[in-house]
Amino acid sequence: MVISRESISWVIGGPQGSGVDSASHIFLKSIAMSGLNVFGKREYHSNIKGEHSYFSVRFSNQIVRSPVDDIDILVTFDAETIVRHSPFLMKGGILIYDPDVLGKKIEDIHTLDKSSERRISHILKNNSKEFSLAGIIEELKERKVILVKLPYTKLINKFSEAIQDHSLSKLARITNVMSLAASLAVLDFDIPLMERGILDTFANKPKIAELNVKAANFTYSYVKENFGAIPEKFSFVSKIQNEANSNSIIAQGNQTSPLGKMVAGCRFQTYYPITPATDDSEYLESNQILDQNDNDIGSVAVVQTEDEIAAITMAIGAALTGVRACTTTSGPGFSLMAEALGWAGINEVPLLVSLYQRAGPSTGLPTRQEQGDLLFAINAGHGEFPRIVYSSGDIEESFYDTIRVFNYADIFQTPVIHMLDKYLSNSIITCSPFEYKNLKIERGKLLEGNSIETKQQGFPDHFRRFELNDDPITMRVPLGTENGIFWNTGDEHDEMGHITEDPETRISMMEKRSSKLELIQNRIPKEEQIAIEFENNISRNVKKLIVIVSWGSTKGAILDSLEKITDLDDKTQFLYLQIKLLNPFPGKLLEDIVNNKMKKLNTGDNKISKIETIITIIEMNYLSQLDVLIKQNTTLQSDHNILKYNGRPMSHTEIYNSLINIINNQSDRRVVLRDGV
Amino acid sequence: MEYKLADFKTPVHNDWCAGCGDFGILNAIQMSLYELEIPPHQAAIFSGIGCSGKTPHFINTFGIHTLHGRVLPFAQGAKLANPNLKILAVGGDGDGLGIGSGHFVNSGRRNIDLTYIIYNNGVYGLTKGQASPTLKLGMKTKSLPQPNVNDSINPIALACISGFTYIARGYSYDIKHLKEVIKKGIEHEGLSFIDVLQPCPTYNDINTKEWYQSFTLDENNPSIRIPKIYKLEEEGYNGVVDNDEESSNKIIKAIEKSKEWENRIPVGVFYENKNTPTYEERIQSRIDNYKKYPPALQRIRDKNGNPNINIDKLLDELRSK
Repeated sequence: MVISRESISWVIGGPQGSGVDSASHIFLKSIAMSGLNVFGKREYHSNIKGEHSYFSVRFSNQIVRSPVDDIDILVTFDAETIVRHSPFLMKGGILIYDPDVLGKKIEDIHTLDKSSERRISHILKNNSKEFSLAGIIEELKERKVILVKLPYTKLINKFSEAIQDHSLSKLARITNVMSLAASLAVLDFDIPLMERGILDTFANKPKIAELNVKAANFTYSYVKENFGAIPEKFSFVSKIQNEANSNSIIAQGNQTSPLGKMVAGCRFQTYYPITPATDDSEYLESNQILDQNDNDIGSVAVVQTEDEIAAITMAIGAALTGVRACTTTSGPGFSLMAEALGWAGINEVPLLVSLYQRAGPSTGLPTRQEQGDLLFAINAGHGEFPRIVYSSGDIEESFYDTIRVFNYADIFQTPVIHMLDKYLSNSIITCSPFEYKNLKIERGKLLEGNSIETKQQGFPDHFRRFELNDDPITMRVPLGTENGIFWNTGDEHDEMGHITEDPETRISMMEKRSSKLELIQNRIPKEEQIAIEFENNISRNVKKLIVIVSWGSTKGAILDSLEKITDLDDKTQFLYLQIKLLNPFPGKLLEDIVNNKMKKLNTGDNKISKIETIITIIEMNYLSQLDVLIKQNTTLQSDHNILKYNGRPMSHTEIYNSLINIINNQSDRRVVLRDGV
Repeated sequence: MEYKLADFKTPVHNDWCAGCGDFGILNAIQMSLYELEIPPHQAAIFSGIGCSGKTPHFINTFGIHTLHGRVLPFAQGAKLANPNLKILAVGGDGDGLGIGSGHFVNSGRRNIDLTYIIYNNGVYGLTKGQASPTLKLGMKTKSLPQPNVNDSINPIALACISGFTYIARGYSYDIKHLKEVIKKGIEHEGLSFIDVLQPCPTYNDINTKEWYQSFTLDENNPSIRIPKIYKLEEEGYNGVVDNDEESSNKIIKAIEKSKEWENRIPVGVFYENKNTPTYEERIQSRIDNYKKYPPALQRIRDKNGNPNINIDKLLDELRSK
């Protein structure tokens, strides 16, 4: 499939540690400053230096929320990036490469994986080209890919003369900026914006910034002089830049969640280092001093613990003092936290766990995407206790959701697991600045103040933290509150919090805690439970209703695809639902939404034939874990499961194609997506 | 308000075995809090799992009975979120030195101001007498099918090399001495560790009360009876570090002392160093008002319930232009 030309896809790759990240940051920043919308995604190995990593950016004057498989501009400075990514170059696309790497034998690239080697070998064989870099270049020429040669060594030597600096070892590190500048030159991109992108990226290193600006300008001119006019199809970039809305921010998931925590009042966070969750804590710690609206200065204590068991138990200990506390982790760490989660459950402690999923089981694919922890998050820990599992569909949502989940924890006095993932954490997107000043912070039945007034009517002989009365949610006081002494125990407890094995008390306490599940479903607004993300207008020609149900970060690619598909087809009606509250599962609500929609379609405009309804579940795991929940909690039967578990996020390209197949009745029941490098 | 000793007790039924060493420790803790005039609501006692884990339920302060082996991180979290609280942590030797040994060692690296007491009886009592990490190699207590195949941990030495800044030992039947050791620990600003030797009358038939309170006869003068347990301070030992240069020597001395066992078992203060900055002070060096305005006391919303914070500067950093 060819995604329409309103967006351009740009990829830069290279060995880890070679500056791919800073080059992509400059590119993103420069493009975003021009007023265009960007979506960027980082892919990397579990490795410090040497393995292949790449960053793909898609930008447009329209909203972009996901990556595509095709590449318009491929920026390289090593052989491996050409081998891995050139198969995805579009006809008329651009390859920026170093002619000096063409001598490298493909079989000598030891970090190349089998999938990439097979792919290129297949392409070369089909096109009768020899199995070599030169063969690849030949094949690209036939595909009308524009080849921009950057002889880096030669250019660096010339540059070194031009600036009268002969420390070549230092200069060798500017290859990444040269390649980036070449790609901006090809786009005829505004030079001052490029310079600002560089200055922003190296804001704390003025000398490096200056050198990089010079190198970028040098390369920009070189490309302009040697490679004539820019291809017509990319020229829109220079035309529309600066026209679009400029009020936006560009943010990564590992910034939006901690920003949400600051606003929500999280003042204590623990973590043990783990990809892809650690960035969240590092951002929070880097910005731990907070501007308060009154005259005090706030702060967040961020504690790196010895393991994830300490991380969660320390956060629980903190939460007992009344502070909003969180621990941040990924699957392997969350596995270690299961026992303590139950302790927070039985003691009704508001606790937030930010769970950044990555591909499991065990260490799995430590730096890759998956949504494999849904059922685990819902079931982690022995015994029964209520817990809220809530998920965010995109980077912008994750900010607002973070404030919500803290409210839920306080209101329902129970642990909340906020589901995020590697894709959200390491992707970057333009979005509106956050409107946070009027958000509400709700703390439920927390007593704030230093003491309980004992003279009030009906005050018992002693404070009863777990008082059995009509409301399962009871008064909570921080440690240190006068007249508020209570006890907690992992054993079953009585109203004061003391150990008991009394069968009647056990029943009452089980019911006190577990009845919260119903309260949660009744009290959380419906639109916070299930988001109706997309619903097109009912057309008279509608023959088919496709209901798409997903959770978490597949949202962007689904929305991008739906916006394109409905341009093509008015016989198909779409209803796209994102389930945000995953436990307790809003089964009844889901059924109601789907049934109401079907009713509306079948009664509207004197339908003669019944409209066909197709339920499609899209998620990144093997079992279709969301489908398991839907089957457990509703009578709805899924027709298609679009799944992926190769560690690479679903692309717009893949979802678009999958949905087109469903529209045309050409889809299998179970579709396993395989794209991604 | 003045508090009585009774104000530190609860009416909860105590189900420890008759003659259990835990009673002495419980009494010593209650007396320490009372004598130090700590208002009950300003103290929180955290515990692990096992017989000792029930301790908080018998003391009228905030009582948090946590998970097996995890008492230290729970307690540290509370202390860091609200450093105004007086925090005690208690647990058994299996809890703290077996399943929780990672936390024991890493707590030493932080030196958070709290007092950790291990009830050391060499067995897992509540699960009916298995060997604990402090039971010596080759010992066969009555419920072991075979002699202990593992060597033992030396808790005092482990505390020394982990970074605890007050390290002491008490004996649960000498409540008066134990109480003084605990009081010093509570008053010490930093992480205190108190190893309390304590018979398990039900499962440890080797290190019994009689064993601990036995004597040997002086080789030269058989009329002199030498008690097994002796007080360090009475034999001229001084583990207090007065200036930083002596600290490594004093640690080595403390470790040497901690090896004494069988005929001569020292109790009292092995090591104390007031010069190591606490974790709270380390946070304070980054967050000026940390102690005055710690996480637990921060106002996070205004009277309308809106966030009491301004993140505009951070959002500006993310702005495209």
